[in-house]
Amino acid sequence: MSLLLSVSDLWKAYHGTPVLQGASFSFEGNGIYALMGDNGTGKSTLLRICALLERYDRGEVHYRAQGQLLPHDRELRRRITLVLPRIGVFNTTVFNNVAYGLRIRGQERGAIGDRVHRAIDFVGLGQKSKQAALTLSSGETQRLGIARALVIDPQILFLDEPAAFVDVRNREIIEEIIVRLKEEKKATVILATHDRRQAERLADRLLILSEGRLTAP
Amino acid sequence: MNSILESFSKAISLILHLDAELLGIIVLSLKVSGTALVVAALFGLPLSVLLGFRKFPFKGVVISMLNTFMGLPPVVVGLFVYLLLSRSGPLGFLALLYTPSAMIIAQSILAFPIVTSLSHSAIVAVDPIIKQASMTLGATPFQVSLAVVREAGYGIMSAIIAAFGRVMAEVGAILIVGGNIAGFTRVMTTTIALETDKGNFELALALGIILLGISLFVNFALHFVQQRGAVQARS
Repeated sequence: MSLLLSVSDLWKAYHGTPVLQGASFSFEGNGIYALMGDNGTGKSTLLRICALLERYDRGEVHYRAQGQLLPHDRELRRRITLVLPRIGVFNTTVFNNVAYGLRIRGQERGAIGDRVHRAIDFVGLGQKSKQAALTLSSGETQRLGIARALVIDPQILFLDEPAAFVDVRNREIIEEIIVRLKEEKKATVILATHDRRQAERLADRLLILSEGRLTAP
Repeated sequence: MNSILESFSKAISLILHLDAELLGIIVLSLKVSGTALVVAALFGLPLSVLLGFRKFPFKGVVISMLNTFMGLPPVVVGLFVYLLLSRSGPLGFLALLYTPSAMIIAQSILAFPIVTSLSHSAIVAVDPIIKQASMTLGATPFQVSLAVVREAGYGIMSAIIAAFGRVMAEVGAILIVGGNIAGFTRVMTTTIALETDKGNFELALALGIILLGISLFVNFALHFVQQRGAVQARS
């Protein structure tokens, strides 16, 4: 059951400074959407609002499944997820970090192991599942963030600058993972990036956030 | 000088032979302070979580009071508990004065602000990104709080160890409310005070060495926990 997201006439200001000024768009169908814009244009704010983590001043955020409008409740929140630029590593092993999303959903211990290992393998951290997550490199940490998100099989995955603080090699690995997410997991990925080339390499659809509004290039 | 050395050697002998009286005093000390710590943690940890996550009126006043009470003079606490538990006091009907229970109450009061205040500090020091990460993965507000508390684990352990060190070394409060009754409420610190008064330095010295050993152990444990916490913070 695919999940469709649309935002319309979205407004948000911080301490009187407008960030979003009537942003509208419909994210329909699987694929990769790249949200471009310079730093400070409100990409992260838009993703956080879409991921139901932040309130907005005006406008509408609608999620639909099979034509039905879905309430913004916990059930919906658990069908989408956002990977932050700094992922927030829990002070435990790689395995436990990835298992977190399943444990809080009350998944049985027996069912968790396989899914967690598959997610860790998917991002290429299979050899490091027992390692303390805080000792990973920045590129590996970013991949851990993606594994932690994909283990819960989100229908929409928001990625906020997933390769902003990593070296070229890790950036390539992360981009490869994003493409595989679309192809193998059939996920809808909404990616915020300031890197136009990266957006062009990955995205099926490009969007530009400028002066608080979304436009096609 | 000779008498000091003689007392010291007798004290070592008492420790090595694990004298029954000595053992009884040590066990009671650990039981009273350990129970007081559990009671303080049972009340203090939930309050520290509440202070860490909720906004409510006079929260700042509560935090300031807890910080102030961390330095409560034990004799004042002893006096306060004595007045509460004395026959004419509001809780006199419980007949707890001069019992280990009274000592536990006094030590719990001493440990409570230390556990609460230091645990609260550890919780608010957790990187806010942990809370956000937990939310992005679909955690309920309660699960978010649990994730943050888990991250503050080393700080909370430090708080508990620090409180244990404080109550183990305390003498004023338990002397007032326990009465230092042999075989019933006599603990290490009160015995040291009494035996020194009597000029019986062997037992006082033996207990002093053991108390020092426990203090040293507690401080090593605290240092170890803080080091691990520091390593993680650097990571």
